[in-house]
Amino acid sequence: MPLDLIIIAIFLAAASGLPGLFLPRRTVWGQRIAVFMMCGSSIFGLAGVALALGVNQSRTIIFPWPAAGNSIIGIDALSAFFLVPVFLMSGLGSIYGLGYWPQLRHIRNSRKLQLFWGLLTAGMSLLVISRHAMAFLFGWEVMALAAFFLVTTEDQKDEARRAGWIYIIATHIGTLTLFGLFAMWRWATGSYDLKPVVGDAISLCVMNVLFFLSLLGFGLKAGMMPFHFWLPGAHAAAPSHISAMLSGIVLKMGIYGLVRFLSLLPDPPYMWGGLIILLGAVSGLLGVVFAIAQHDLKRLLAYHSVENVGIILMGLGLAMLGRSAGQPKWIVLGLACCLLHTWNHSLFKSLLFLSAGSVVHNVHTRNIDSLGGLAKTMPWTAAMFAIGAVAICGLPPLNGFVSELFVYMGLLGAVITNESLVSVIAVPVLAMIGALALACFVKVFGAVFLGNPRSAATANAHESPISMRIPMIVLAACCVIIGLAPVLLPPVLDGTISGWTIDSNLRALSIGDVAPLKAVSLMSILLVVLIISIAVFMRQNYRVSRCVGTWDCGYSASSSRIQYTASSFAQMIAGMFRWVLRPRTHRPRIEGLFPKPAKMYSHTDDLILDRAIMPAGRGFEKLFGWFRRFQQGITQQYLLYILITVILMMSTMIPFKEFITRLFAR
Amino acid sequence: MVDKLIHILLLLTMPPLLLGIINKTKAWFAGRNGPPVLQAYYDIIKLMRKGMVISRTTTWVFIAGPIVTLATVLLAGMLMPISRFNAPISFAGDLILFAYLFGLARFFTTAAALDTGSPFEGMGAAREVTFACLSEPALFFTLLVLAKVSGSLTLNNMLHCPAGAFSVAMAAPLVLVSIGLFIVLLAETCRIPVDDPNTHLELTMIHEVMVLDHSGPLFGIILYSASMKLFILGAVLLHIISPFQTKTIWMNWPLFIMEMFGLAIVIGIVESVMARLRMRHIPYLLISALLFCGFGFILLVRYYQ
Repeated sequence: MPLDLIIIAIFLAAASGLPGLFLPRRTVWGQRIAVFMMCGSSIFGLAGVALALGVNQSRTIIFPWPAAGNSIIGIDALSAFFLVPVFLMSGLGSIYGLGYWPQLRHIRNSRKLQLFWGLLTAGMSLLVISRHAMAFLFGWEVMALAAFFLVTTEDQKDEARRAGWIYIIATHIGTLTLFGLFAMWRWATGSYDLKPVVGDAISLCVMNVLFFLSLLGFGLKAGMMPFHFWLPGAHAAAPSHISAMLSGIVLKMGIYGLVRFLSLLPDPPYMWGGLIILLGAVSGLLGVVFAIAQHDLKRLLAYHSVENVGIILMGLGLAMLGRSAGQPKWIVLGLACCLLHTWNHSLFKSLLFLSAGSVVHNVHTRNIDSLGGLAKTMPWTAAMFAIGAVAICGLPPLNGFVSELFVYMGLLGAVITNESLVSVIAVPVLAMIGALALACFVKVFGAVFLGNPRSAATANAHESPISMRIPMIVLAACCVIIGLAPVLLPPVLDGTISGWTIDSNLRALSIGDVAPLKAVSLMSILLVVLIISIAVFMRQNYRVSRCVGTWDCGYSASSSRIQYTASSFAQMIAGMFRWVLRPRTHRPRIEGLFPKPAKMYSHTDDLILDRAIMPAGRGFEKLFGWFRRFQQGITQQYLLYILITVILMMSTMIPFKEFITRLFAR
Repeated sequence: MVDKLIHILLLLTMPPLLLGIINKTKAWFAGRNGPPVLQAYYDIIKLMRKGMVISRTTTWVFIAGPIVTLATVLLAGMLMPISRFNAPISFAGDLILFAYLFGLARFFTTAAALDTGSPFEGMGAAREVTFACLSEPALFFTLLVLAKVSGSLTLNNMLHCPAGAFSVAMAAPLVLVSIGLFIVLLAETCRIPVDDPNTHLELTMIHEVMVLDHSGPLFGIILYSASMKLFILGAVLLHIISPFQTKTIWMNWPLFIMEMFGLAIVIGIVESVMARLRMRHIPYLLISALLFCGFGFILLVRYYQ
């Protein structure tokens, strides 16, 4: 039953863009039908998922696929867990699109967007429920290509085209790695079925190769630090609800692949878990450091995805260490962090992108330093952004805190039992990531929503329509619920965690036993009650007696440009991390008693893309420049090449060996 | 039960007294008479009777700043064991909530500062969040050491254990950690050499400049919660540096109060004999705190192996 509902949802999603293609461009009905079908798909999908969650018996359907043996799809708790954000966000995002990307205002590309939005959802759901390498790759490619067309929605813009090309190259390197991975899998296990390997059926060497291939292939999609280079550009260039989908959900498919694939391999060596934690720590720290240095609102949010993927990987690494060390407690806490942070990140990152989209929609700029004071004109958006910001910093009483608490407890537990020194580094790094994320989001929230508007467009902004506000409110409500009542989580998480390994003593352990969920729920509620009661007390006893201007030291002619900008706010931290950020600064020379007006700007390039890959690409281009001589577009030349090739091939028929022996035989 | 009531009573009433003692010590060093020891109470009561004057630029965030700070500090005080008595609220993993509550307070204090649109307050907020990036890992290194020493993730056990399991081999890491923690305490509570609570010269300030536009009751709340934060972090430090207890259980309360006064006098002496560091040099001080705590941890791990 759950599987049938999900298959219906997949077909509805895949077909949702089709009616629009047959309707005239200048009608709203195409989009309305698409939204209706996407919402239907969401409802069917979420109903199916609700039935499958927590129940850890996987039901499978086998359907024949002549090219690659019988293909299997099935749903278990892990699949259901990752389907929740997919179906939630696909429905909410399409509703958001009604206000943000209406067909009548975007006649050129609205139909394309709806078509590929549906296909993206369908592709992701298919890959999550497939139990067969080929079906998995099919879903993976549908997702990757649909995402390419979504990134290049505004293909008239140079920026979008460039981001799209970088994205598609990166994603295909990932797909290629996955081809290698599954070919190797087939060779090692003898089938394309994704079933757990028992005992020592595979040698350690082969397991290591499989592990590194999966880390590369899935890590590229998840945006892990050295492989994140395609991500900031692609997520900044796309329309905002698509950025939300890409950052919140599509990245998680990489995480899903990694979690699923690692569950299939038995007896992982210590090195794997340690390496994943280390990569997670690097992603987390550098992700947030690069985020702080950004001036572009959406690029900044995109870098924060790298950071959060780092935290998710730290959880996964801890779970892997737990498997190696035979410590069920670490597995439960680590995997709980990995899974819950996956949910949390899809909730608050989508929320942040949607509220950023609401700002961009009204003000038409993504430059943080030209915004300001929007909390007065857009109160809803500001409140929603504030909830997302507190949640992403991992602060109580919201959901980010709960998942970070899991990983902290697991890592500290690992330190106490003195088994892993990697976790010693991970704890202070995680604390630093938290403090840096806080700095970054205070900067964004302050510069965009607080203070005085820094431009005329910002001053005249108005609140977004209701269709854009509803999805934000739903996502924010989910963040608050998970944060205030983590006691609700064990039924959802336990089934998923116990199904992850075939280890039997894990079944007995519930996340409720190893983490203080009840206490955290109580404390969160207590905190909220305390804040509200102090606020009510203040409201009843005190009145604002006078409203005046901000204290200006007696200098009354100040303008809004005198405010501390986001760049100056981040300057000290950017200075501390100059060794890795390497910002390009253009400083004007100021001379004389009355210097002329001058401009100063700074820009932070991406570490990998702009400092490693692009120069390497140019180097290769130079190195192989001589090759162009053979490629001149003259037909006669190509015929000559063919002739030479034919002669060379025919020359293999000449029995050289015999020839030589006869020559020297005498 | 009585102990819990005394805990709450101390938490609510004692903090402003520490400010008075610090100021009295500073005055004594400067050869002045100084304000009365209870001056901080008079200030807070006076401020709570005044009206609120707020800036036209501000929104709800400006008022949320002090309110959220007070709520989080109160809650953190409930998690914090005092002397040999257990905290009113305690559970495994409460140390993380304890640390992150201060993070929540920082988010809203700095956001409220940016809400005024004043460049000074923006400057203070930027400094606050930047220095927190260094003091936060140091605090977690301290917690790591305490967790390792005690083998527990509950603040009660973690902080009571240094007293119980005090051995010479533990002394070295604990000394290093307490130096680091003292620096973190000075930074977090905005004392000299990191910040100067006396001057209002905006360009050099951190905490005072962030709250420049808060007035009346809101400012009273800010003063009160700042002193409470000093009280709480001081109590953490006292667990490590002075694990003494008396046999008579109730006598531990006066002992703790005396120790707290001693700490306030030490802070007063530090403030009197040192000048505020230049802003550029504060990160070095905080990095040294981080290194103290880190080395403490390394020593501890070596001892265990």
